Amino acid sequence: MHELSIAASIVESVTESAAAYPGARVKEVRLRVGALASVVEDSLKFCWELATEGSPLAGAALVINILPVILHCDACGVDTEIAGVQSFRCPKCGELAADLRQGRELEIESIELEEPDSVVPDPVEEQV
Amino acid sequence: MTTRIVELRRGILKKNDELAAGLRHQFTSAGVLVLNLVSSPGTGKTAFLERTLRELRARGAQAAALVGDLETDNDARRLAASGAPVRQINTHGICHLDAEMITRHLEGWEGVSLEGLNYLFIENVGNLVCPSSYDLGERIRVVLLSVTEGEDKPLKYPGLFNSADAAVITKIDLAEPCGFDRELALHNINEIRPGIRIFETSAKTGAGMDAWLAYLAEQARPS
Ligand SMILES: Nc1nc2c(ncn2[C@@H]2O[C@H](COP(=O)(O)OP(=O)(O)OP(=O)(O)O)[C@@H](O)[C@H]2O)c(=O)[nH]1
Ligand SMILES: [Mg+2]
Ligand SMILES: [Zn+2]
Repeated sequence: MHELSIAASIVESVTESAAAYPGARVKEVRLRVGALASVVEDSLKFCWELATEGSPLAGAALVINILPVILHCDACGVDTEIAGVQSFRCPKCGELAADLRQGRELEIESIELEEPDSVVPDPVEEQV
Repeated sequence: MTTRIVELRRGILKKNDELAAGLRHQFTSAGVLVLNLVSSPGTGKTAFLERTLRELRARGAQAAALVGDLETDNDARRLAASGAPVRQINTHGICHLDAEMITRHLEGWEGVSLEGLNYLFIENVGNLVCPSSYDLGERIRVVLLSVTEGEDKPLKYPGLFNSADAAVITKIDLAEPCGFDRELALHNINEIRPGIRIFETSAKTGAGMDAWLAYLAEQARPS
């Protein structure tokens, strides 16, 4: 049950980034989550509600984009997407492949903000 | 109202990842080999580590351990019986260790300096899901699997098994009464983490410990 810690980290990170746009409301947060990231989608959504409740992020939607595993096969020399996470074999030649090119991501891809029309201030320099 | 999309492309656990990178750098410059032991509750991490610490000390190596549990310092007391310096980390409900907890417990650890150690073992909280996302700055992540918990564990927890650098099958003294299917277990580990080093051990009889200790010595050698 680390989804709650993950939700809290997202809240912290998004709050920081949104501070560069005063007056804006966060409508949506989009994540990229690898199939091997050990994150349960429903559980994360549930924890997101808890973590944002009563905060400026309350009501913001959480969109979770699950990324399949991509393996690099030395024999074929290509990167191929595999179905599921039960066997790490190259779909082309059937060899086991240890070289993971995608599948562990745990990232905030983007946020969607709603800003008042009146004055649209230049964003404050974002801190990285 | 106008809508604006801001691309962030930022790691959710960025803070942990940065702290872990700092720790890894610190461990490397101190010349200490750090291992993170992960498994389900009760697989035998503490028993395996107790035996490892005793054997390492008998061979003149300097080893220490940090051990994570939700509550109690029972595991730290068991490990300290080996004579090695041990520090308990109580997470009070958190189901995994993180890099911040490691940093905090390395500070002010009486009588222990990283430079003076050959090995530092971190026993994670018994959990096969959450520890996989939290880098602790270790060089080797060891996943343990006992003969009593089913040969299909790697298939059920691919996220963790795929992130490991070495696998240890524990309690092999119980393999026969448990009807443990060794070939199937080895096959499943290999399907999820092709080519991983696998050790078959018993903390009770000491079986398989020599191969494990040889691996440790080989990994600790500066390359
Ligand atoms: N027969 C046998 N029993 C073992 C072996 N290793 C551990 N055990 C027993 O298995 C039980 C759990 O062992 P621990 O070492 O406490 O397991 P753990 O993984 O540290 O458990 P947590 O820290 O609670 O997750 C204890 O009763 C041990 O005595 C072994 O090699 N053989
Ligand atoms: Mg233990
Ligand atoms: Zn191939």
